[in-house]
Amino acid sequence: MPIPSGLINLIMKLTLKIWRQENATAKGSMQTYSLDGVSPDMSFLEMMDVLNEQLMEQGIEPVAFDHDCREGICGSCSMFINGEAHGPDRLVTTCQLHMRKFKDGDTIHIEPFRAKPFPVIKDLVVDRTAFDRIQHAGGFISVNTSGNTQDANAIPIEKADADKAFDAATCIGCGACVATCKNASAMLFVSAKVSQYALLPQGQVEATDRVLNMVKQMDEEGFGNCTNTGACEVECPKGISLENIARMNREFLSANVKG
Amino acid sequence: MSSLLSSTILRKVAMALSGIFLMVFLLQHFVINITSVFSATIFNQFSHFMGTNALVQFALQPVLIGGVIFHFVMGFVLDIQNRKARGTRYAVYKGSANAPWVSRNMLISGATILAFLGLHFYDFWVPEINYKYIEVLPEDPNRYHEELVHKFEDLTRVVIYVISFFFLSLHLSHGFASSFQSMGVNNKYTPTFKSLGKLYAIGIPLGFAFIAIFHFLNH
Amino acid sequence: MAKLDAKIPEGPIAEKWTNHKNNINLVSPANKRLIDVIVVGTGLAGGSAAASLAELGYNVKAFCFQDSPRRAHSIAAQGGINAAKNYQGDGDSIHRLFYDTVKGGDYRSREANVHRLAEVSTNIIDQCVAQGVPFARDYGGLLDNRSFGGVLVSRTFYAKGQTGQQLLLGAYSAMNRQIGRGKIKMYSRHEMLDLVKVDGKARGIITRNLVTGEIERHAAHAVVVASGGYGNLFFLSTNAMGSNVTASWKIHKQGAYFANPCFTQIHPTCIPVSGDHQSKLTLMSESLRNDGRIWVPKKKEDAAAIREGKLKPTELAEEDRDYYLERRYPAFGNLVPRDVASRAAKERCDEGYGVNKTGEAVYLDFAAAIERYGKEEAHVKGLDENDTTLVQKLGKAIIKAKYGNLFQMYEKIVDQNPYETPMMIYPAVHYTMGGVWVDYNLMTTVPGCFAIGEANFSDHGANRLGASALMQGLADGYFVLPYTIGDYLADDIRTGPISTDTPEFEAAEQSVRTQIDAFLTNKGTKTVDYFHRKLGKIIWNKCGMSRNEKGLKEAMAEVKALREEFYKDVFVPGTADSFNEPLAKALRVADFLELGELFAKDALERTESCGGHFREESQSPEGEALRDDKNFTFVSAWEYKGEPSDAKLHKEALKYENIELKTRSYK
Repeated sequence: MPIPSGLINLIMKLTLKIWRQENATAKGSMQTYSLDGVSPDMSFLEMMDVLNEQLMEQGIEPVAFDHDCREGICGSCSMFINGEAHGPDRLVTTCQLHMRKFKDGDTIHIEPFRAKPFPVIKDLVVDRTAFDRIQHAGGFISVNTSGNTQDANAIPIEKADADKAFDAATCIGCGACVATCKNASAMLFVSAKVSQYALLPQGQVEATDRVLNMVKQMDEEGFGNCTNTGACEVECPKGISLENIARMNREFLSANVKG
Repeated sequence: MSSLLSSTILRKVAMALSGIFLMVFLLQHFVINITSVFSATIFNQFSHFMGTNALVQFALQPVLIGGVIFHFVMGFVLDIQNRKARGTRYAVYKGSANAPWVSRNMLISGATILAFLGLHFYDFWVPEINYKYIEVLPEDPNRYHEELVHKFEDLTRVVIYVISFFFLSLHLSHGFASSFQSMGVNNKYTPTFKSLGKLYAIGIPLGFAFIAIFHFLNH
Repeated sequence: MAKLDAKIPEGPIAEKWTNHKNNINLVSPANKRLIDVIVVGTGLAGGSAAASLAELGYNVKAFCFQDSPRRAHSIAAQGGINAAKNYQGDGDSIHRLFYDTVKGGDYRSREANVHRLAEVSTNIIDQCVAQGVPFARDYGGLLDNRSFGGVLVSRTFYAKGQTGQQLLLGAYSAMNRQIGRGKIKMYSRHEMLDLVKVDGKARGIITRNLVTGEIERHAAHAVVVASGGYGNLFFLSTNAMGSNVTASWKIHKQGAYFANPCFTQIHPTCIPVSGDHQSKLTLMSESLRNDGRIWVPKKKEDAAAIREGKLKPTELAEEDRDYYLERRYPAFGNLVPRDVASRAAKERCDEGYGVNKTGEAVYLDFAAAIERYGKEEAHVKGLDENDTTLVQKLGKAIIKAKYGNLFQMYEKIVDQNPYETPMMIYPAVHYTMGGVWVDYNLMTTVPGCFAIGEANFSDHGANRLGASALMQGLADGYFVLPYTIGDYLADDIRTGPISTDTPEFEAAEQSVRTQIDAFLTNKGTKTVDYFHRKLGKIIWNKCGMSRNEKGLKEAMAEVKALREEFYKDVFVPGTADSFNEPLAKALRVADFLELGELFAKDALERTESCGGHFREESQSPEGEALRDDKNFTFVSAWEYKGEPSDAKLHKEALKYENIELKTRSYK
C-alpha cells in the first residue's frame, strides 16, 4: 500500500508529561519527554507509538499502556489525559482521540486511571480485574447452553425497553467512569449491567440476587460512593446514561425490601 | 443501623432521605419566618406554638437535631471514604470539564452551612433554650418578633447570614435533584424535578436573605 | 502422518449431524469432573466453548492475552449474525443458508460442516436471547433482520453496529457465571507460547504471564485453540493490535496441519489509510452497503480534480458518477460478496478513478438513502414530501438510528461529516478463512488438540459472507465442540490428572525460555515494528487482492530474508520477568515471519482464482475470477517440516454431493 506523507505544514511539536512506574510496587513519578513530528491525523495512541519508537532508539524503555482494538470498542485503552479520562474529546476512547484536538506546542499530561481498586501494573497500565469480579458476582443470566431454550421470538420485548437495554449494554468496561469520578465510584459500570438485565424479561428471575451480589462485590472492591456529580456520564465513551444508576438504586432498594 | 449502612447505595439513600427531611424543615422554617416581614402577630403566634408545643419541642426537635447531625457526620464519613477510594491523586484533574462546581464541592458548601449553623444556634437556639429551660423565665407570647428584629440590627451578622444563604443555595442546587437520583427516581419527570429543585434552591435562600435584609433596613 | 481423514459422518447431509450426535461417545457427568480442558482465547468461539464445557462439568482453564476475556477482538464485529430463522418469511431455510455459504465461499468449503453450521444457526439466536443479548427489535417487539452481501434474503440479526460486542458480552456473561462457580479458572494477560504433547496427544501448554513474565506450565486432557485469525500478518488490518497467530502456529509446529493459509478476506468497506504513522485500519460495517451506494467519478479528470481538492463529490452531477457495482452486477448491486466488491474497488482505483489524496478510495454515498427514507417518513407523518429541508432532516434521523455509531466513528477518524459528504472507503484485510485444519469433530491432526472459530479453516471456503463469522464462532463454541470433544475425551476418563512434572513439559518450557533469552540478548538495532511493517508491505503488495506467480515467488524469498534479518538485527528492550510489550510483540512477529512464507507458498501452489484468492493468471476476459474445479477442488493442508518453504502439502478432496459446482455469478 503506498503510504502518503502526512500533512507536513501541520506537524506539531509537543511536550509530554507521562507517569512512569516500573511495576506495581515501585514508586512512580511524572517524566517529561519532547516529541516532534506529530501529525494531526494521528490517533493519540499512534502518537504514543511514535514516542515509544523514539524512546527505544534512545535506549529508554517504552511507555507501557493498554490498547488493543484501536477502534473504540474493546475498552483496553485507559489514559487520563490533561485531567480527563480518554482526553478532551467526548464519546471517544483514547484510541479514537485524534491529535487534531491538540495544538502545536501543547504540554500534555498523561496519567494512568487512578483508583484504589485499579492498582498500577506498569506506567499507564492498570489492573481492572475488579470489574471482572463484579461481573462474576452476578453479571449473567443463568441459562445453560442446550439448543432447547425457547424460540427467540417467544417473548416479544417492547422496542423502547430493548433499545434501553442495548444502550446500557454498550458499556465497554474501560473504567473511565471510575477514573473520572471524584469519588472513584463504579456505579455507572455496575448499573449498566444491572440495567440491561432489569429491562429484559429474561433478567427478571434473578434480578434480586443479581443487584445485591453485584453491589456487594462493588463495595468490597473498595470503590467510592456515588455523589451524583454526573461526571461519569459526560466522560463515558459510550454515553451510558445516569438513568441507569437511578434504576440500579431502585432495583437495589426493592431487592433489600424483598430481602 | 450499621448493617443497614454497610452498602454504598444505602448510605447514599440515607443521605438523600436526611437531606429531604432537612429541606422540608427548611421550607417550614421559611414559611414561618417570612410572616415576620408582614405581620409580627402572625409570626409571634407561629413561634409561640413551635416554642411551646410539646410534640414539636420534645419529639420533632430532637429528630431534627438528629437529622442534622446525621447528615453532617455521614457527609464527612462519605468524603473520607471517597478520598480513600482514589488512592494516589492525579497530578492534573480537570473536574470542571465534566461536572458543575457545586456537585463536586458539597463538602465545602456543607461545611460552610455547618459553621453558619453554629452561629445560628448561638443566635437563636441557645438563648431560647436558656430562656425556657435553664432560667425558666415566664413565657411571653409576643417576644419572638422583637428578638428576631433585634438580631438583624447588626450589619456584620446580616452579611454573614447572606453569604451563608448563598452557600446554602449552592448546596441545595445539587442536593435537591441528587436526592431523587439517589432514591432511584430518574424518569420523564426528572427535568421537572430539576426545575423544581432550582426554584427551591434559589427561592428559599433568597427568601431567607430577604428576611434578614428587610429587618436590617427596617429596624 | 496418516492420510487426512475428515471423519465426515455417513448419511444424507441433513441427517449427518443428528446421526453423529446420536452415535458419538459421551462422558458421564461424574467423569467430566475428572477431566480438564484448556481453552486458549476467549472470543466468541473460545468464550462460548469455555462456558459450555464448564456447564457440562469439565474443569476449564481459559487463557487470553487481554486484561479481560471481554476484550477479545470478536467485540469489534459490527454488522450482525446470520441465522436461518426465516422470521421475515422471505423464503429462507437451513438449506438456503447452507447453499449461500458454500456458494459465497466459492465452493472451497466442506459441505457437511457448512450444513451443520446452518442447522445450529437458529439455536444460537435462541441461546443469545435467553442470555439477555439485546438484539434490535421492531415495534411489535419481535426481532429485526437486515440483509448482507451475497444473499437474497434478510437473515441477519443485529444489535445496531455492535453485534459482535453484544454477542461476546453474552458469552462473557456465561463465562462469568462459571468463573463464579469455580468451574472456569480464568488466566487473563497470559499468552500461550507452546503446546505440550505427551505420547503424541495434546496434554498441555506453556504460557507466559504478561504481567510478571513468569513462564507457566498448564496441563489438561485436551487443548482447544480459539485464538482467532492471522490478519495482522499484513501489519495493517482491521484486527486488534494484539491479534496474533502464535497459538495456531505453535500447534502447527507440533503437528497440526495448516489449511488454506492464503485464503484471506479483504473487506471492501474500511476507512482508507491516511499516513505512514497508521497502526491499524478501521472497518465500516458491511451493513452500510444496505443503504450506501458505491461510486467513483466517470471521468478521470473529475477524479483528479477531487484528489487535488478542486472539486467536491457533492458537486458532481448524477450522470458523471459511475456506480460501478450496480453497473457490473445488477442483480446484487452494492450487496455483492466482499471479495467481488473489494476487487471492483481496486480495479477502479488502479485505473485512476480513486478519490482521496492517495488515489486509493471510493465513495460510499448515503444521499439517495437519506432522501428515500426522508420522503417515506414525511409520507407516514403526513408532512410535505417536497420540502427538501424537512426530507433531509427526517432522512438523516433514520440513517442515524440505523448506523449512528458508525457515522460517528467515521467522523472522529476522518474529520468529515458523512451525513453531508459521501464516506471514503477502501478494502482492507479483515478476516482469514484459512487456519488450522480440523476434522468434522473440530480436532486438528494432533490428537486432543482442537481448533475453533476463526482459528480453524472449516466453514467459509475461499470467501466468507458477511455476518457468518459470528455465526461460526458461536456455533463451534456453543453447539459443536461441547459434543464432539466428548467423543475424544471418553477415552480419557481413566487417565487421571496430568502431571506437568514431566520431560515433555520441561523441554517445552526450556525452548520457550531459550527463545525469550535470545531476543533479550540480541544486539540488534531495529524495533519489532520495523520488521512487522516491512512484512506487512511485502504481503500486501505481493499476496494482497491480486496475486501472480512472480510476485509470490518474490514474496517467499523476501519474507525468508526478512526473517533472517529479524533474528540478526531485532532489538528488544526490557527484561524477561516484567511487563514487556516489545518482547510479547517480538514473539508474535517471529511466528508471522514464518507464516508469511507459507502463505505465499500456498497462494503460489493454487494457480486458480477462487473467492478472496485472485490469481491474475486465472481470470475471465471481463476480469472475473476463474476457478479451476478440475484441479483445485481440495483443501490444502500443510504439514510443518522445519522451514516454511519445506512444508508438505496434503490434499483433502472436497466432494459436492448436494450442491452443484457452478460459476459464481452475482450479475
